[in-house]
Amino acid sequence: MYPSRFRYEAPRSLDQAIDLLRTGGGEAKVLAGGQSLVPLLKLRFAAPELLVDINNIPGLDYHRVDPDGTIRIGALCRHADLERSTVLSSGQPTMAAAAPLIADPIVRNRGTLVGSLCHADPQGDWASVMTALGGHVVAQGADGRRSIPVAQFVTGPFQNVLAIDEIAVEAVVPAPKGTVAGGYLKLERRVGDFATAGVAVAIETSGELITRAGIGLTGVGGATIDAVDAAKALVGRPLSAESIGQAADLAAQAARPRTDHRGSAEYKRHIVHTFVVRILSRITESAERAA
Amino acid sequence: MTQALDEIKIGGLGASRKRVEDNRFVRGKGNYVDDIVLPGMLHMEILRSPMAHARIRSIDTSKAWAIPGVRLVLTGEMMATRNLAWMPTLSYDTQAVLATDKVRFQGQEVACVVADDPYIAKDACEAIVVDYEPLPVIVNPRQAMAEGAPLIRDDKENQHDNVVYDWEVGDRAGTDRAFEQADLVSKLELHYPRSHPSPLECCGSIADYDRSTSKLTVYMTTQAPHIVRAAVALVAELPEHMIRIISPDLGGGFGNKVPVYPGYVISILASILLEQPVKWIEDKTGNLISTGFGRDVYLRGELALRKDGKILGVRMHTDADHGAFFSDAQPSKFKIGLMHSAFACYDVPTAHLTARGMYTNKAPGGVAYRCSFRVTEAMFFQERMVQAAADDLGMDQAEFRRLNFVRDDDFPHRTPFGFLTDSGQYGKCLDVGLEAVGYQDFLRQKEEAKKEGRLLGIGISVMTEPLGAGNSREYDILGIKMFDSAELRVHMTGKAILRTGAKSQGQGHETTWAQIVSHELGIPAEDIVVEEGDTDTAPFGMGTYASRSTPVAGAAVAMVSRKIRAKARKLAAHLLEVSEEDVEWELGRFYLRSAPDRGVTIQECAMAAYSNMPDGMEPGLENVSYYDPPNLTWPFGCYIATVEVDPETGVWDVLNMVAVDDCGVRINPMIVEGQIHGGLTEGFAKSSMQWITFDEEGNCIGSNFMDYLIPTAWETPRFELLETCVPSPHHPIGAKGVGESATVGSPAAYVNAVIDAVAHLGVRNIDMPLLPDRVWSAIQSAPSG
Amino acid sequence: MTSLYEEISPDPPDNVPVRRVTMTVNGEKRAADVEPRLLLAHLLRYGFMLTGTHTGCDTSNCGACTVLFDGKAIKSCTMLAVQADGHDVETVEGLATASELHPIQEGFKHEHGLQCGFCTPGMMLAAKALLDENDDPTEDEVRWAMSGNLCRCTGYQNIVKSVLWAAEKLRAEGRS
Repeated sequence: MYPSRFRYEAPRSLDQAIDLLRTGGGEAKVLAGGQSLVPLLKLRFAAPELLVDINNIPGLDYHRVDPDGTIRIGALCRHADLERSTVLSSGQPTMAAAAPLIADPIVRNRGTLVGSLCHADPQGDWASVMTALGGHVVAQGADGRRSIPVAQFVTGPFQNVLAIDEIAVEAVVPAPKGTVAGGYLKLERRVGDFATAGVAVAIETSGELITRAGIGLTGVGGATIDAVDAAKALVGRPLSAESIGQAADLAAQAARPRTDHRGSAEYKRHIVHTFVVRILSRITESAERAA
Repeated sequence: MTQALDEIKIGGLGASRKRVEDNRFVRGKGNYVDDIVLPGMLHMEILRSPMAHARIRSIDTSKAWAIPGVRLVLTGEMMATRNLAWMPTLSYDTQAVLATDKVRFQGQEVACVVADDPYIAKDACEAIVVDYEPLPVIVNPRQAMAEGAPLIRDDKENQHDNVVYDWEVGDRAGTDRAFEQADLVSKLELHYPRSHPSPLECCGSIADYDRSTSKLTVYMTTQAPHIVRAAVALVAELPEHMIRIISPDLGGGFGNKVPVYPGYVISILASILLEQPVKWIEDKTGNLISTGFGRDVYLRGELALRKDGKILGVRMHTDADHGAFFSDAQPSKFKIGLMHSAFACYDVPTAHLTARGMYTNKAPGGVAYRCSFRVTEAMFFQERMVQAAADDLGMDQAEFRRLNFVRDDDFPHRTPFGFLTDSGQYGKCLDVGLEAVGYQDFLRQKEEAKKEGRLLGIGISVMTEPLGAGNSREYDILGIKMFDSAELRVHMTGKAILRTGAKSQGQGHETTWAQIVSHELGIPAEDIVVEEGDTDTAPFGMGTYASRSTPVAGAAVAMVSRKIRAKARKLAAHLLEVSEEDVEWELGRFYLRSAPDRGVTIQECAMAAYSNMPDGMEPGLENVSYYDPPNLTWPFGCYIATVEVDPETGVWDVLNMVAVDDCGVRINPMIVEGQIHGGLTEGFAKSSMQWITFDEEGNCIGSNFMDYLIPTAWETPRFELLETCVPSPHHPIGAKGVGESATVGSPAAYVNAVIDAVAHLGVRNIDMPLLPDRVWSAIQSAPSG
Repeated sequence: MTSLYEEISPDPPDNVPVRRVTMTVNGEKRAADVEPRLLLAHLLRYGFMLTGTHTGCDTSNCGACTVLFDGKAIKSCTMLAVQADGHDVETVEGLATASELHPIQEGFKHEHGLQCGFCTPGMMLAAKALLDENDDPTEDEVRWAMSGNLCRCTGYQNIVKSVLWAAEKLRAEGRS
């Protein structure tokens, strides 16, 4: 498999990169980790005229926590960095659970979280996780930066809201106001498979009460699903068997799965339900253990 | 006294000798087809059909020709002017090389481009414009048989439907009587889904036609170079002695690299036309959607049972989906391969099999995917039917099998379908497996677990399978008898080169063949180099597939070694100045019976063959053997899996997998175990995730490794291997085939285990692959689910 | 190619973008003029004739093309050659010295961790990346680290044993 011909530029600064994208006039594509884009080029499902490789732009490979608890992930932070991150393992359970489930270990050495959000594959894991966390994508263009909630960033299968001369430079998880808990469960037939169905849950609690909740669904619709009603069912009360059941029912209702060779629509919906219950029940159990 | 040679130390029979081929492989110095670069080499890419069934209205290649670097664009029309638009298959059918009239499956070869590099060739393929008129699509045998179904093979005279063959074997009337007398008839319908061998290395060739010598050299990913040479001679109408097929290192084969594919043929024609070497390397999608698949057979099976558990008769009907062309690589006498080897390990009085093959708009094939010609399907059907029957009778799985096994003292045994099994100890094999897995304990655990809502299951699969075709009386491919060959040249210093007509693709022939020579002659294995795959140097052989190398070529290696030893004996007698009758043999040495200290080594005999032969003796120490086995070999095995099924998700995990294999005498135990590991993994893959399916339009689902799932190190279970050893009574060193036994036997163990876990809910069958959603759905729709 | 002679096409195609790249491959500095669309795996195989790096699939699944890129395992069929400009690449050919196999290579031979040999270079480099980071992995850690590389022959059991064998040897030699 051989990509079709394209021009290639590897700018050293974001400004140069944005300039190049503008001159590319919509026929240009940004190359970061390349773990989705390069296969698409090889299959000739993508045939850009210009490839703007941002890997040589310094200062984008970070992930860090601000003093207020905001998590920032640069455009060149690789999945493997997140998998090994003490920042996540100690403070962000939903992301920590998802990081090892992205693709396979070798792909994780190159692929990036921000690139994955931009790719907007309905079966992409990070989009659900960031949706559950109420995350943002920071896009930089000629006129400066803007911040877009992930739930609005992805507009459809393989579509995002970036203008042709904008680059997603950072993903942001807002600082939590309470104690965080959550998880990510993915049904895959083997390592590296796309999700048959995946569920990301992120909650914040203050005392017994849940103050914020987010539930993102992977692989059960034309795009990542923000299960808003399911999340709402959890907020303002303590986690209980009843609220878990309601959230699971609502999440399953929010799913829009299609039957394919990975499973029937009915099954995928059922898995969404099961996974919501499992993640939330584990949170309850570990809270009980801690108490 | 001279010290007798230690056979294990010299790398003889039974030594777990480290592999000699590894020295190059671990350095990255293997020599696969795509690693070969010839001066002036051009690159070929194939344009494939996106449609499963469509008439070709027109093909416009003008834009492709206009791309700089393009040297040749070929279409079916141009192939037809050379009479090469169609070629014969290995099953007496024809297959389109490049489509002329219509395309019959998605991925069919429509045009090709030869260019300076493969990137340009691909650009040019994209620039070819084909105008298709879509036709109705058939994706399974049921549709193919339906009244008014579109005719797929309208190219064939006298073909008025989509039936490839109707075939039967066994005793219909006798079987009918057995069913009339039965207390109980156990019925099961199964589908063994389409799968693809998908060796990591795809197919490819480099054709190099030299006008000045009229010689065609083709480097090719083939498991059977001599068959290919014959096929090329017939198809391309070239003299056979001017064709040299070289099969270099192969990145796996598993049956996928037995047939002759259009890509090979086109690259040959391109090289003849351009008088330059032309390389064609298939991409993974091309490999998965167009080359030889395995399985895709539907079964209707019935067992006639007496209430005490005795099997009185077997009735099987199979519908096989062969795709658009009947291109199975299999013995010509048997239309559905060796499906009738089913129930060979059971003492069944009578049986009858009817088999129908159908054309569909899917890729052609039905190759022996890591098995001996449909034996995988036969044994899977057998062991699934056996489990269902035991359940129907309310009998213990192990007990039911034990009751029906052919007894150890009942050999040779004629199976109800006519095979002659020659040896076996099935009961013992089962017992070894049951003990290893802790059968009774597990049954108790299972009941305990059930009380907690956990689902445990155990699956048994026992089988004996026919490996090592021929004999030549019954087995041939396109009329060429299935024997094999070995040629041994012992040099004057006692070092040797061995060549065979087989072709290793990971089995380690370079290591093991030398061990057989070492066993027969006492020459250290490291002093013997093994060469295969070059038709100009190797003796004629039928190649490596269907676990036939050790049974046939391996036997030839032993036999040619014995010929060498016979001549060496004469040389020894000459050197010792005695008559031949006074000479005795021990490993590596002839000695005087009357004075054992007086002797000569095989190396001294070799030197004498070139420097001091007796008067009247032909000089040299070389020979060749062609071995026609008297029977197939009958390895047997028992595979037992235990699993836990998550009732909420349908996900199942293997807790334990025990394999007991009896392949007779093991040449290299390390390599045998490696083969079994691979086979058990294939079984796990097919039972859990690995399949190819098609949507209603004939689009192949499973056309790349994102959708065609192969298990990784993470999911693959750990295996526990055990063995029994009943030597083959006719093989010269008592060996039997083994490369595929675990692929054949293990799928039913995994499936039986999952079914066992949910049988009490009323689940009787789930077709492979047992994807979590299928298991979950089966539980949901079961009477007590 | 000598500097005395290099044949060029009499009619070079128009508008083909070409870039010069320089990289360190197995400790040696290498340079080439490449089209941006050329995959790193193809530069290694067809340009530098390091054919031990295999290409098995087109979708970044099989890992036969795994090489070390600045010390990390990557799939070289999923990276453009131009992206390797200025970087360090290690292929299977860089594992052994002239006289001695790397313990990982020894391990694969000793424990029968390969059959057809096609996945082996990628497997060994994935193993090297693991052992560089963790010199005493558990069986599960090995299986997890190798799960981006497919093998059709071995069923992985002996591959895992090979890596554990190599880890032990590296520790014994104090090389880890």
